[in-house]
Amino acid sequence: MIANILTNRIVNDIAGGASQGVIIGLVALCLVLVWRATRVLNFAQGPMAMFVTYIGMTQMDHHVNFWLAAVISMVVGFMFSALTEIVIVKPLYHKAEINPIVVMVGMFTLLEAIASAIWTNIPRYPTAPYSSINFQSSGNPTGLSPLSTFQIAAALAVMTFVAVLFNYTSLGLKLRASALAPEVSKLLGLRVSRLLTLGWGIAGAVGAVAGVVISLNPGGLSPNMLDAMFILGFIAAAIGGLDSPLGALISGVGIGVIMQLINDYWNSNYADMVAVVLLVVALMLRPQGIFTKNSARRV
Amino acid sequence: MISISNLSVAYGAITALDDVTIQAPTGAITAVLGANGAGKTTLLRTISGLVKPRSGSITANGHALIGERPDAIARLGIAHVPEGRGVIAEFTVEENLRLGALGAKTNVTSGLEEQYALFPVLKERRKQYAAQLSGGERQMLALGRAMIANPQILLLDEPSLGLAPLVTQDIMNTIKTLCANSGLTVILVEQNAKSALKISDFAAVLHVGKSIAVRPAAEVAADESLRSYYLGMAE
Repeated sequence: MIANILTNRIVNDIAGGASQGVIIGLVALCLVLVWRATRVLNFAQGPMAMFVTYIGMTQMDHHVNFWLAAVISMVVGFMFSALTEIVIVKPLYHKAEINPIVVMVGMFTLLEAIASAIWTNIPRYPTAPYSSINFQSSGNPTGLSPLSTFQIAAALAVMTFVAVLFNYTSLGLKLRASALAPEVSKLLGLRVSRLLTLGWGIAGAVGAVAGVVISLNPGGLSPNMLDAMFILGFIAAAIGGLDSPLGALISGVGIGVIMQLINDYWNSNYADMVAVVLLVVALMLRPQGIFTKNSARRV
Repeated sequence: MISISNLSVAYGAITALDDVTIQAPTGAITAVLGANGAGKTTLLRTISGLVKPRSGSITANGHALIGERPDAIARLGIAHVPEGRGVIAEFTVEENLRLGALGAKTNVTSGLEEQYALFPVLKERRKQYAAQLSGGERQMLALGRAMIANPQILLLDEPSLGLAPLVTQDIMNTIKTLCANSGLTVILVEQNAKSALKISDFAAVLHVGKSIAVRPAAEVAADESLRSYYLGMAE
């Protein structure tokens, strides 16, 4: 009975879809973090994560083990994102004529070009710490492998960390206040500018985890590896509500599962299209996002 | 002691404050009265660093404030309760208060206890979102959040805005008590001149960006010729 469930086609699709869905959720979480902090949609989030994943994962060529390489990616991801905010985004906050979105789209192209120049377009395959052969149940494969279990666990761990940081710590309270009410926060003595930079840094580190986890997929590590994920992450963030980290996770997993079911039962060419249709329908029904609270504004 | 000298502020071509000089003595409440658009809010926003002046100087307890960032000015012990109170509606009462202590780096636990003793209604509602509070409760929250920072100077922008007369009276009495108990220097910006003059020691009158008089509150209240300015009936 249990063996039947574990190897059931739909259950397998859900498990496999969820393992990709949490990664979509992770990308969406980066977008949400940056949006909440500075009201900037960071279109370069994907390439930024790709870039720092390269920096960390290529250290494995020099006999650095996977875990240390992943930590390097995260630290560099934090610094790169924080620096981007200081150097590129901060000067644009009060300049209506140059939209930060346009600048970030430029950065998208630039980073992919630089990455191809340094590391070529040929994918690399970092050695994963776990096997990608699916668990077996009574001789039949289930929907999960040790590797995909690790990917899910890593994504959930990062999300839990972010949730606890933002909701249960003093630093999180200061970060949320700086994002919600920058002027009032300044009047209370908070170093708002520094806190916003920190918010970008955290998003950069989260993005690096997404990059590392995705580089272990069959597609490997390549300059455009995050492009498709980024679009799906963007859709997840928009459906979930750009202000809701939990919404980003839930809609990310939802999209992952739905796409996996479409791949398996219908036609994989339609999967991306369906994701966009979901976005359009969700935005028509609830433009503020499904999980955004209708909170009262200050009066 | 807060001393504002020859302060001029402009928003583009529009002059908001023109050569304003006001002194607010330590431990006293100084009311700043004036009609809509007289420059009252601009005055407070310039003191706390949100607006950069064109010329003039502001010193508070010996510190020159012009050119300092708003957060640095706040950490000097200058608390500014902005127009509309500035409570964060998406935060609970307790989160708002905690934030005040975190910004000023004062002790959160003892600060909360003090403010809850001062404002029992905030303790009752500490887990509720600020959005759910009444206007008077929000003003108390804003005052509590300012006081948890142990400020020496308190800037209040229209605390009576949108409040019923009885609630206004209650808030004004609270401000008077706070000032008397802690030696606080208060600048109280108000359109509700009658309520403000009742609790103030001194009063300044602003009219279209100029300071007309800075005198003991009782004198200002008694001066018929000034009344037309702060009641907004002057030409």
